[in-house]
Amino acid sequence: MATLQLRDIRKSFGAFEVIKGIDLEIDDREFVVFVGPSGCGKSTLLRMIAGLEEITGGDLMIDGKRINRVGPADRGLAMVFQSYALYPHMTVRQNMAFALRLARVPKAERDRKVDEAARILQLEPYLERRPKDLSGGQRQRVAIGRAIVRQPKVFLFDEPLSNLDAALRGQMRIELLRLHEELNATMIYVTHDQIEAMTMADKIVVLQAGRVEQVGSPLELYHHPANLFVAGFIGSPRMNLMEAKVVETGPTGTSVALPSGPRIEVPIEGGTTANGDAVTLGIRPEGLRIDPAGPIAGTVALVERLGGLTLLHLTIAGSEPMTVQIEGSDATRTHDQIRLAVDPAACHLFDQAGQALPQHARHPLAA
Amino acid sequence: MRATPLQRLLSFIFGWGAALLLFFPIAWMVLTSFKSERDATSPGLFFAPSLDSYRDVFARADYLSFALNSVVISVGGTVLALLFAIPAAYAMAFHPTHRTRGTLLWMLSTKMLPPVGVLVPIYLLFRTAGLLDSRSGLVMIYALMNLPIVVWMLFTFYKEVPNEILEAGRMDGAKTAGEVWFLLLPLTLPGVASTGLLSLILCWNEAFWSLNLTSAGAAPLTAFIASFSSPEGLFFAKLSAASTMAVAPILVFGWFSQRQLVQGLTFGAVK
Ligand SMILES: Nc1ncnc2c1ncn2[C@@H]1O[C@H](COP(=O)(O)OP(=O)(O)OP(=O)(O)O)[C@@H](O)[C@H]1O
Ligand SMILES: [Mg+2]
Repeated sequence: MATLQLRDIRKSFGAFEVIKGIDLEIDDREFVVFVGPSGCGKSTLLRMIAGLEEITGGDLMIDGKRINRVGPADRGLAMVFQSYALYPHMTVRQNMAFALRLARVPKAERDRKVDEAARILQLEPYLERRPKDLSGGQRQRVAIGRAIVRQPKVFLFDEPLSNLDAALRGQMRIELLRLHEELNATMIYVTHDQIEAMTMADKIVVLQAGRVEQVGSPLELYHHPANLFVAGFIGSPRMNLMEAKVVETGPTGTSVALPSGPRIEVPIEGGTTANGDAVTLGIRPEGLRIDPAGPIAGTVALVERLGGLTLLHLTIAGSEPMTVQIEGSDATRTHDQIRLAVDPAACHLFDQAGQALPQHARHPLAA
Repeated sequence: MRATPLQRLLSFIFGWGAALLLFFPIAWMVLTSFKSERDATSPGLFFAPSLDSYRDVFARADYLSFALNSVVISVGGTVLALLFAIPAAYAMAFHPTHRTRGTLLWMLSTKMLPPVGVLVPIYLLFRTAGLLDSRSGLVMIYALMNLPIVVWMLFTFYKEVPNEILEAGRMDGAKTAGEVWFLLLPLTLPGVASTGLLSLILCWNEAFWSLNLTSAGAAPLTAFIASFSSPEGLFFAKLSAASTMAVAPILVFGWFSQRQLVQGLTFGAVK
């Protein structure tokens, strides 16, 4: 059992405020991912939860108790560092048993727990090796094993996979999910990789410049981004964003016009905009498809063929470039002139302040 | 990259040149110690070797008691310096404030003052405290004398330990003492050892304070040497014999610990 509450958490380094008031609830057994661009304060926030960084302001509660002033060892949390931070002079077994040794756990029990963790992480053959004789993935697993043996209330991960190559990263993602299932623990995971965030999280917290931009399930963030930042950050390839003008408002939808002329109907609740308002139109790349009768005309500047997917990068006269994602392998070639049709459900509107305008229907999986 | 023959020749010449230059005085001293007092002032290489000087030196002074003082004072001073320097360097390396750099420089700057500048106040302090000619007094003075260098060296070794390793230890439940004992010291052992060795050598060869603050009871080997460059006139053979005996232990010690020293002083402590 472990729940966390963050109430107006703040952090300043000298006069420089890095975390600018964060409120957050984390439920028991939840897998929460902090995601955001480099330097937004993810690590700082995680380190404050860990107790490695002093909290400048606000309350940090674990299971309802304020623990701002409790030392890192006494919070009952375990952390996996980006650099692994294994103890180089100790064997894998000693690394994993170190916390238990400090806690004066008897040797027999220590060995039992380490063996159990080694079994879960498939580290049994390496227990007597030193960290320098392990591969990156094995080191990563030792770092996780070191956390597991303590049976912490909450696991903290700071970009644990960023030093691994792509294939291993994919494999470790699955292993971490399996581990979450098996250990039934609350996990907080920091990454700047939105694929990791999308695939692993129960709840994503999008941070920017020390503030929370949006909190929600992966699909909620994907289908209903609260603002321009989240819209642009979540989803790969990025959402197409372009300047547009409202030309017609009605109860069922709003029509906007791109500077180059084409009109697009967006299912936005009525009464939120007026004719003539300048807005930003967002269209997911998979919401566009080639259609000779479509409203948008463009020239193909670049084709990326991924096999199962084809990405077309278009230039649009008088508007921002667009990316189109097509299922399967497509025959379109560079310099082709094509027209695009738009799936209204993949369209979003953002007002001048960058806030999303409420959509008519919620996506069924993003309640 | 392989060195060209010219590069190898040059490094041979300079390497051996420097080594011989440094070694020559010691070799000459040892050589002289085996000469008779009559031969000692002539630079000849051929003479009838004798142990007369050693016999005289032993007869005139209690070598062993001086040597024992040297050992006690050097080891004591080094241990005391490390005892203070390890926590100090830990604090400076891992919990720095904006004053840390300044503090380090200030510590080093105390080494720029000639010791004789503070001789009188220290002497008076020692006299009042009853520390004159006592081993504990010298242990204190030596520890203080080496503290800046020891802190500096440990600081640079500690700096190479990634902070995250200590933070991982903190998450695992280590308190400050545990961090230092279980993680920092084992990780920087070559560095700490070479720092200790250097401090030992500096203590062993220190003459200024030992000559001024001791008379007989606590006098180390440097005072033993000095007692042979005495008013009766210079007896080079005996002086050389005394010096040879004084530096012999530290030479032997240095010989055995040279790998440790070189490793600690030239390579990173953790790599
Ligand atoms: N000890 C410190 N002193 C001063 N500023 C700091 C300190 N640590 C972090 N910062 C600043 O705080 C901000 C947030 O840093 P943080 O490491 O939390 O970013 P991050 O989101 O983890 O980035 P990344 O994805 O690159 O790891 C940065 O602007 C950084 O420069
Ligand atoms: Mg970070």
